[in-house]
Parts: sequence; C-alpha cells; structure tokens
Amino acid sequence: MSMGTTMNAPSVPLETGNPNMVSIARRQRLQDVVFHRLTQGFSLLVLVALLGIIVSLFVNAWPAFQKFGLRFIWYVEWDIINEEFGAAIAIVGTLASATIALLIAVPLAFGIALFLTETCPTWLRRPLGTAIELLAAVPSIIYGMFGLFVFAPLFADYAQVPMQNVLGGMPLIGFLFGGSTNGFGILAAGIVLAFMVLPFVAAVMRDVFEIVPPILRESAYGLGCTTWEVVRKVVLPYTQKGVIGGVMLGLGRALGETMAVTFVIGNANRMPTSLFSPGTSIASTLANEFGEAADFHISALFALGFLLFVITFIVLGLAKWMLLRAEKAKGL
Amino acid sequence: MELNQSLYRQRRWTNAIGLTLSMGSMALGLAVLLWILVVLFSNGVAALDWNMFTQSTPAPGTEGGGLANAIVGSLLMVGFSVLVSTPIGILAGVYLAEYGDQSKTAELTRFVTDIMLSAPSIVLGLFVYAIAVATVGTFSGWAGTLALSLIAVPVVVRTTENMLRLVPGSLREAAFALGAPRWKVATMVTLRAARSGVMTGLLLAVARISGETAPLLFTALNNQFFSTDMSRPMANLPVVIFQFAMSPYDNWIRLAWGGALLITLSVLVLNIVARVFLREKSAA
Repeated sequence: MSMGTTMNAPSVPLETGNPNMVSIARRQRLQDVVFHRLTQGFSLLVLVALLGIIVSLFVNAWPAFQKFGLRFIWYVEWDIINEEFGAAIAIVGTLASATIALLIAVPLAFGIALFLTETCPTWLRRPLGTAIELLAAVPSIIYGMFGLFVFAPLFADYAQVPMQNVLGGMPLIGFLFGGSTNGFGILAAGIVLAFMVLPFVAAVMRDVFEIVPPILRESAYGLGCTTWEVVRKVVLPYTQKGVIGGVMLGLGRALGETMAVTFVIGNANRMPTSLFSPGTSIASTLANEFGEAADFHISALFALGFLLFVITFIVLGLAKWMLLRAEKAKGL
Repeated sequence: MELNQSLYRQRRWTNAIGLTLSMGSMALGLAVLLWILVVLFSNGVAALDWNMFTQSTPAPGTEGGGLANAIVGSLLMVGFSVLVSTPIGILAGVYLAEYGDQSKTAELTRFVTDIMLSAPSIVLGLFVYAIAVATVGTFSGWAGTLALSLIAVPVVVRTTENMLRLVPGSLREAAFALGAPRWKVATMVTLRAARSGVMTGLLLAVARISGETAPLLFTALNNQFFSTDMSRPMANLPVVIFQFAMSPYDNWIRLAWGGALLITLSVLVLNIVARVFLREKSAA
C-alpha cells in the first residue's frame, strides 16, 4: 500500500551488462507503467461520469433556467399546460418528507446502535446486526408497495383519524392535522421513508460507536457510570462527527429516494397545507411525469433533477467530510 | 445521604428508561423487517405458479399472464451490467488501493465514488436518458444496462479497494522481494488473496441493482411482449411491479406481489451469500 515508488524500481544492476536481464527489466517497467495508467484511467471514469451527469443535466435544464432564472427555485407553480414551472412545491415536499423521516429514524437508529454496541449479548450481535443490514438491502420499491397496500390503510384508520380528532382542533398547530385522512400524504411518506433510511443511519452509528477505545468506556464504567451515562457522556461526544456524518448520509438517501415516496406521498402538484395533505417530491415528480413529458416540460424536469443532484451532492459531501474527520480522530 | 439516595435512584431510572427505549427501537426495526417479509409472503405466494415463469405480462383487462418477459429482461440487463462494471470496478479499486496513497486524484476519486454510492438513482436515470435515449431516439435495454452499471461500479470499486487493503503488506513485500513487477503483485498476489472479498462486492452490487426501479423508468422503460433485443425497450421486474401495483386490475396487482416476492428473495439471498463468503474469508 504505502510502499512508495521505490518498490517498482528495477533492482537489476544494469551495469552487469547482461542484455537478457536488462531487456526483462525494461519490459517489466513498461508493463508497470501501462498497468498503472490503465487502472488510473478506469478510476478516472468515475470522475468523468460525475462531470457528465452535472453537465448533461445542466445543458438539458438550460431552457427552463433561461426562462425562469433563479426564480425557478421558489416559484410556486407547476402548470404543465401553460408551461409555467417552479420547483417550490416539489422542494417543500422533498424537504418536509425527508425531515419527518430523520426526526423518526435518528432516535430509533441511535437506540439500535446503543443496543448493538452496549447491551446486546455478544452472541446475538452478529445476527441482529445482519438483520438490520438486510433491512437496508430490501429494494425501495418493496417499501413503496408495503406503504401503499399495508401501511396507508392502517395509518388512515389508526393514526390520522385519532390525530385529527385530538390535535386538529388545537390552536396554532391544528392546521397541521387538517385535510383528508385517506392514509396518503407528506406524513405517511415521511414515515415510510424513515423505515427506509433507519438501517443506513443505524449501521453507520454502530460502526462509529465501535471505534470508541474500550479504555474510555471502561474508565467511565469504573467511575460508576450507568450504561446510559457512558453512552450519553462518553461515547456520543467522542463519536459526534461520525454520528452527524451518519445522519447526513441518511438525509442524502431520504432526499433522493424515489419509489418509497412515490407510492404514498399522494402525487399532487399543490403546495401542501398540512401534514396530511398530498404533495410531491422532486424524485416522485420525475418518476410520475418524465415518461409522458415533451419539449419544455422535459427541460423543467431536468431542472428539478439538477437541483436534486446538487442538493444531495452537498449533503452527501458534508456527510463524507464529517465521517473522514471522525476516522482521523480515531487515530488519536 | 437522603439526597444521594434520590440522585442514585434518578440515575438508575434514567438508565432503565434509556435502555428500554433502545431495546424497543431494536425490536421495532426487527418487527418492520418481519412484517415486510410476512406481507410479501402472504401476498406473493398466491401469485407464484408455473404461469408466472412461462407467460408474458398480460394486456390490460385480460386474465392470467405471467412475468416471463420481465424476469428475462431483468436477468439480461443485470447480467450485462455485471459484465460492464466488474472490470471497471475492479481495476479502479486496484488503482485506489495500490497506487492511491500518494495521489490527489485518487483521493478525489474515492470521495466522488462514496457520493455516487448514495446519489439519487433517478438522477442517474435522467443522465442516461440524456446520453443514450434522447440521442438514439428510443428507449432500450442497453440504456437500462448503462444506468444499472453506473450504480454498480461505485459498489464494486469501494469493496474491491477495502478488501485489497486488508491484504497484509508483508505479502506484497515478499512478492516485491522476489523481483515481481508491480502489476504482477497486484493481479497475482493481492487480488488473488482478496478474491472472496471482491466476489462479495460483486454479489452486493448485483443485489443492489436487481431491485433498482427509478433508473430504469426512462431508460429501459417497459415492454409488454417477450423480447431479448437489447436495442429495444425491455421489460424488467421493478418497472413492471411499479406499473402493476398502481393499476386497477386484480391480476396485475397479484403479479406485482409475485414479482416483489421474487425480487426481495433474490436480493436477500444474494446478501446472505455475500456475507457467508466474507465470513469464510475472515475465518481462513
């Protein structure tokens, strides 16, 4: 790995004048250079792909950006017939569902990570950890179907109706629980999304909790701390950056998720007025409309895609940066 | 003493509540996994019959039908994606692990790969639409293959790199000391030592792309008929599930459940096999 370039310098003493050896050394050096460049070329393909994505999205989105300018971002309109497009409705839907998802998923993920690293018996750690990872492997369309056929009907009867009855009449927050209680909408999408990102966040948290040096934990236990205190006051501060990185990773996933959201968010191009009202996210707008779009509509959809890519890129970049810093702290 | 007692009690209670909640969230996570599997099995088994594998997707309003065209389409596209992404992913991973310590480009590549791992897959679909559908003028199996490869490559790159890094340095040094050139060390010593780890990465990549729906929606699209022509629109399980689940026809919804069960089972089996591979390696 870190053997440096000295390793591939030919160790054959050239001055011996053995022409056979010299030619072998030369050939091997040439092969090495070719191999180095070849593998480098393939790894650069990833960068080329990223550049290609950004450029092609932007080029295709250009007509929409040209017509609406920056206003596209906060313009509350999505009128296909009159070709008036703004991203505000989809952005609000995306951010609202992702926020709800994280509000639910992060405490649960923390609990799971705490359980797997502190209280779980050693022999159970592996199977339970694997189960959580399998939850992450379930394709998102399955979450979507599950949300559509199983979760939404139950959610309407056992959550939306009681919530509306109890909270709907309250001042200030009552409006959040208004609207129809058919099981679909922003809140339902957020909850399905929460279970979709939960395993990702939990897995990262577990991994960073495991890097806490045992001596730190043991000293805290030795001072008489309870398990909860060890986690709250030693483990969590020590792994702060890693935990934030994991949460950001979950956010990145939640923002860009298509299938789990499309099935349950209700798909309405209207500004949501309550947690129960149907809305749309950037990804679900793309999934629903792109197949039938033409001309300028396509360009507006590309503009949405471009915005989504930029937002998730920033979020995921920050997540990666935090996790790298957490990894560096491990070395101390 | 009085104060001490109450503080002690309070700390014990906080601890008990915290740990109970933690156990509760674990139970909830497991319950969701179980619930999803139970729902899938109870709805999906009803659709599992021989017709599902022999007949093509039914037209709207017609009885019966199966998923043969979608299964074959998915297998073809996933298969070709593996053929494309294996060499790219492994060679790029070799570069990052064997040459990647000193170069800035390698660091940047690693960063970008990690982001691409979680990038919204629907945007990758848009990108492939722009370069491989809009330019050619038709949706095609090749475009779907390209979109899936874009998702698979980062998975292969990162697992390959991680697995190569687990190979002990002494193994490399021994090979270098024998006068082996660098490319031989990389291909015949380290890559061979990390073989099962790299296989794991490939299996995980296959598992990842077999369930992807969003990038196929506007690349491979769908095809009601049986077709193995990769340059035409191609049926595939995820998109068929998406369309059928949203449809008003009972037999379509039944087939959607059957397809969902099929996909989930294969993805979970692939994941478990990949883990067994890895465990055997770490045991050896």
